[in-house]
Amino acid sequence: MQLSKDKLIDAYTRMKKIRIFEETMRDEFAKGTVPAFIHLYIGQEAIASGICVELNDDDTIASTHRGHGHCLAKNSNLERMTMEIFCRADGLCEGKGGSMHIADLSVGMLGANAIVGANAPIAVGAALRQRVMGENLVSAAFIGDGASNQGAVFEAMNLASVLKLPVLFVFENNGYAEFTGVDYHCGGGDIAGRAEGFGMPSYKLDGSDFFSVQEAAAEAVQRARKGDGPSAIECYAKRWYGHFEGDPQHYRTKKELESIRKNNDPLIIFRQKVEEAGLIESSELDLIDDDLLSQVTNAVEKAKNSPLPNVKELTTNVYEKGSY
Amino acid sequence: MTLKTYREAIIEAMILEMKRDEKVFVIGEDISGGRGCEDFDGEAAGGPMGLTQGLWDEFGAKRVIDTPISETAIMGAAAGAALSGLRPIAELMFSDFFGVCFDQIYNQAAKFRFMYGDQGATPLVIRTMIGAGIGCGPQHSQSPYSIFANIPGLKVVTPSNPYDAKGLLISSIRDNDPVIFCEHKALLGIEGEVPDESYEVPLGKGKILKEGDDISIVAIGQMVGVVQNCIKSLEEKGISAEIIDPRSLSPFDDEMVYDSVEKTGRLLVLDESNPVCSFGSWITSMVSEEVFSSLKAPTKVLTPPHCPVPAAPNLEAAYLPDMDTIINASENLKNYS
Repeated sequence: MQLSKDKLIDAYTRMKKIRIFEETMRDEFAKGTVPAFIHLYIGQEAIASGICVELNDDDTIASTHRGHGHCLAKNSNLERMTMEIFCRADGLCEGKGGSMHIADLSVGMLGANAIVGANAPIAVGAALRQRVMGENLVSAAFIGDGASNQGAVFEAMNLASVLKLPVLFVFENNGYAEFTGVDYHCGGGDIAGRAEGFGMPSYKLDGSDFFSVQEAAAEAVQRARKGDGPSAIECYAKRWYGHFEGDPQHYRTKKELESIRKNNDPLIIFRQKVEEAGLIESSELDLIDDDLLSQVTNAVEKAKNSPLPNVKELTTNVYEKGSY
Repeated sequence: MTLKTYREAIIEAMILEMKRDEKVFVIGEDISGGRGCEDFDGEAAGGPMGLTQGLWDEFGAKRVIDTPISETAIMGAAAGAALSGLRPIAELMFSDFFGVCFDQIYNQAAKFRFMYGDQGATPLVIRTMIGAGIGCGPQHSQSPYSIFANIPGLKVVTPSNPYDAKGLLISSIRDNDPVIFCEHKALLGIEGEVPDESYEVPLGKGKILKEGDDISIVAIGQMVGVVQNCIKSLEEKGISAEIIDPRSLSPFDDEMVYDSVEKTGRLLVLDESNPVCSFGSWITSMVSEEVFSSLKAPTKVLTPPHCPVPAAPNLEAAYLPDMDTIINASENLKNYS
C-alpha cells in the first residue's frame, strides 16, 4: 500500500459519496420523487473509484445505465448531476437525459448510456485522440457482465487492439445481466479471458477491494499512456440491489443478499485496511461521512426545489443552433 | 475550372479539409490495403471504389485509419471521437451495412447534442454509397436515405453531380452535427466542372436546375440525371418542367418547393427509396399541407416498387423509374382535370 494519505482520502471520499448518494436516491425513489427509472451502483463503489482515481480530467470514461457511481467517481458536478436525475432545467443535460444519460464533458464523463455495450466503441473513439493528435490521454469503458456479450464490445476490443489505442475495458462482473445470472449467460464464463483473446493484457480481481482495482488501473493507465495499447480489467463485485429500483429480485436468495452485505462491502473493506495499517484514523473518516451526507442532502433538496425544463425547450438542441 | 469526376470531387474535398484542419481524419475499411506493412511497396488501396485514393500517401496512417470489418466499432469510434473534439469522416462502404451499426448512428451520434444538453458538438460525417443501377443486388444497392432523414439529429445530403459533391462534402465536414453523406455509386464516374479551390454548398439549400411553368419535378440523387434527359421530350410534348435538386434531404429546402408549386400547380417527385414512407411521400405531404390551394392536380411520387433491389440486369432496369415513366407521369399531371 504505497498511496499517499491525500490519495487515500480522495479514494474514500469518492466511494463514500457514491454510497450515500445512492442510498439517498433509493429513499427518494421509494417516496416517488424521482421521475424515471434508476439503477443503483451500491456494492460496486470500489470499481469506479479505483479506476477514476488514476485518471485526469482530460481522460475520458464512457459509462452505462448504472452510471451514477461512474459520474461521481469522475468528479462530476454533484448538484447538477442530482438535478439531472430529477430531470431539472439546470441539470447537466438540461433535464433531457435523466439518470440513464448523464454526461459531464467538462470532466471527461462522456455519458451514461442506456444501450448496453454501446459505450465501448465510443470510449475507443475518444482514445483516437492519442493517434490523431498525439494527446497523452486514456479512455475507459465500464462494461457489465451482461454487456460483455454484446457484439459492440467485441468489435471495440478488437479495434482498440488492432490500432493499439489507450483504452481500459473495465468489466464490472456483478453476477447478473439484469435478472439473468452470469453462470447462465456467459459462454465459457471467462470475460477477462475473452479480452486476452484480442491480444491485450487482462486482470481478474476482487472488485470489492479498492486497492486491487487501483493497482491494476495504475498499471493499465501507464501502459496506455506509453502507447502500448489497451488492457482489460475484470472486477468481480456484488450488486446489492435489483437491476432497477423496484425490481423484487425473485431470482436471488435471501442468503445471498445477507452474505454480500456482510462480506463484500467495499467501504468496510477499505476502512479495515487503512485503519489496521494505521494510515487514517476512524474519526477522520467519520468526519468525511458527515460532510458528504450534508452535501448530498443539500444537492437533493436543491434539485427537488428547482424547476423542470420550460416546455419551449422541447425541440431545442436537436441540431446546432441556427443550422437547421 | 476543370472537368472532374464525382469520385475525384469527393477525394479533393477530403484532402482540402484535412489540410485545413488537423482534427479531420478518415476511418474505414480497406483504405490502406497493405500499405504501411513490411515488404509491401504498392499503392494504398483507397477503398473498393477508390473513394479514398491518395489520402494515405498524403496524410499517413495516423489520419487515414484502416479498420477491421467492424462497422459498429467504426461508427461508434467515430461518434466517440467527434464527441471528444475530433472531426471524423467515417466510411460506411455500402449504405446497406447500416443494419449492423445503426445503434451507434441513431441512438448515439444523433442524440448526443440533445440528450447531453448541448454540452458538446458531434461533428461527424458518415460517407456511404447508395443506389441501384450497377448490378450489385439486394444487399449492396439500396437507398435508405428516407430512414436516415427520419432520425432527429441527423443531417442527410444526396449530391447528384461532381460540383455539389465537393461543396456539400466540405460543408458537411465543417458542420457541427452528424451528416450522412450519400454517394450514389452509379454517379462516381460522371464528370462535371469543379473548381480547384475550396468552396461550400450550404446544407439545406436546393437548386433549381431549370425553370418551368407547368410542373415542378423534384428529383433526388441519381434521379436528377434521369429527369434531365427527359427535358427535351417533355418540351416536345408542350410541357415546361421546373426541375429542382434538393441536394439536402435534412435539412430540406421546403420553401423552394412551395414557391415552385405555387407557380406551376403540379408536383412530381422522383425518389429512389422504397415507396412506403419514402422521402418523396413526405415532400408531397408537406406540399399538400402548406400550398394545397395552389395545386391543380394530385401530387405524384415515382419510386421503385416495394421490393428489394434485384440483381438481374433486366429486373434492375425495370426496378428504377425510367424516362418513359417520368414522361407519362408528367403528361398525366399536365392533362389532369
